[in-house]
Amino acid sequence: MRRSLIRWSLFLLAAAVFSLPLVSWAQLTKADLDSRLKMESHVGNITGHAKDGAADYHRYCEGCHGVRGDGNGEVAQWFDPPNFPKPRDFQLGIFKCRSTPTGTLPTDQDLYDAISRGFDRSGMPIWNTFTKQERVDLVAWVKHFSPRFVSEKPGTAIQIPPEPEVTAERVKAGREVFARVQCWKCHGVTGEANGPSASTLQDDLGRPIAAFNFTEGSRPKCGDTDQDIYRIFMTGLDGTPMPSFADNIKPDEAWDLVFYLRSLMREPSKEKAIAQQLGLKPVDPNAPAPTQ
Amino acid sequence: MKTQYKFVAVLSTVVLIACAALVHMPQVNAAGEGKITGTVKLDGPPPHMKGIDMSKDPYCVKANANSTPKMENVVVGASGGLENVVLYISEGLSASALAEKSTTIPVFDQKNCVYTPHVLAMDVGQTFKVETSDQTAHNIHPNPNPMTGNIPWNQSQPPGAPPVEKSWKAPEWIEVKCNIHPWMHGWFAVVKGPYATTDANGNYTINNVPPGNYTVTAWQEQFGTQTAKVAVAAGGAAKADFTFKSK
Repeated sequence: MRRSLIRWSLFLLAAAVFSLPLVSWAQLTKADLDSRLKMESHVGNITGHAKDGAADYHRYCEGCHGVRGDGNGEVAQWFDPPNFPKPRDFQLGIFKCRSTPTGTLPTDQDLYDAISRGFDRSGMPIWNTFTKQERVDLVAWVKHFSPRFVSEKPGTAIQIPPEPEVTAERVKAGREVFARVQCWKCHGVTGEANGPSASTLQDDLGRPIAAFNFTEGSRPKCGDTDQDIYRIFMTGLDGTPMPSFADNIKPDEAWDLVFYLRSLMREPSKEKAIAQQLGLKPVDPNAPAPTQ
Repeated sequence: MKTQYKFVAVLSTVVLIACAALVHMPQVNAAGEGKITGTVKLDGPPPHMKGIDMSKDPYCVKANANSTPKMENVVVGASGGLENVVLYISEGLSASALAEKSTTIPVFDQKNCVYTPHVLAMDVGQTFKVETSDQTAHNIHPNPNPMTGNIPWNQSQPPGAPPVEKSWKAPEWIEVKCNIHPWMHGWFAVVKGPYATTDANGNYTINNVPPGNYTVTAWQEQFGTQTAKVAVAAGGAAKADFTFKSK
């Protein structure tokens, strides 16, 4: 009798202890959020105020991202990863498309760009229906969901050097980088997202996620300029399997890699024409690994 | 009125006790540091560890040609000793003892497509290093709870990559994964103060412990935590053995 009593109290204690971090992590109270209503954002010379973004969020964003910004809005249950990724959980403060190093908060400009650009192959449309001021206010409202925006500063944006001229040497050199850092492990030797590790990829919350397929004509999630692609190597896409290569790819090599990736894409480009002219073959996955 | 008196009485008692505690606080002296040693064992049959199919990456298969790689959630030595258990002082360390930081840099290696060691213990704020000995690309992807103050990051380590040096802000058991090789699974065990990890026989020694009374906690990734009380004398060695039960 007594023993079972002890066992029960131990169980309850353990349950209480284990649920503590869960409560503070996943369930921010209204009081938590109210304390952050003064959150501001700055994009260009526009200042955004969280309070002013609340109404637009409620009207246009809440259905997916949820009242508390945890990504559990009413319709989130119908999102079906990997083909239709779940809405972002703003409370964690972890964002894919940043100009800042892996493990740091994005800048206000990054969040503004995400709202303006939308995310291809997801439920997130292009929100260019909002005025600039409305978007900057929404950035402040999105930030107010995560305690991290109170305690931390955004990372320092990476520097992107001017884009060099596309040459045959550069496209060829980009192929070498593709082979050396083994992009093909997930993206496949032809860029068709069919590498040996593609099928088991998961995001940080354990949900299936697909590698980018370069050949089907989709827009890369974080923008489709050469600069946008360059940025991804140096920052990684936090919350996903895509790591940062900042320690492993030099700025010049990163441009080479951008050009080689363009040659894998379906859209006609100077890079694609060069690769065809050179008769570039896909990299050999069984070749001994070249070291840097 | 009466409740006010009571309040004042309680308050003054608390203040008195606090003052007494401050006066009698043991003085930390580096010369008199002792240690805590012991053995962690597993009682009962060791749970079955699943074998690993590495056929996704021919390099990994070749690297493990002479062994049969298995999951390492529970590693038991010949005499029942439990490996990869982290021991640390969960109660009793003074603020000055906690402020003392080790200058050693623990190393987490990616070797033969597994993490060596499987569990890397470290102090809060202590720099650690992630290396790769493999001729295949890894990505090193720890996944802490960002609400603790530990922020997840994800860095690539292709063959010959330079080591990654980092540290963590808060105590936490942080799971580490490689997305390229989904079987790769390890831990960063971040604790406050001195720590130790058990060897293949389940033995451990926590060094640099100032004299005092402590609670030692043993953490095993599958079996959770256990605690024991120890008294460390100046320059002496206290003993704390632990036994985890397998079902």
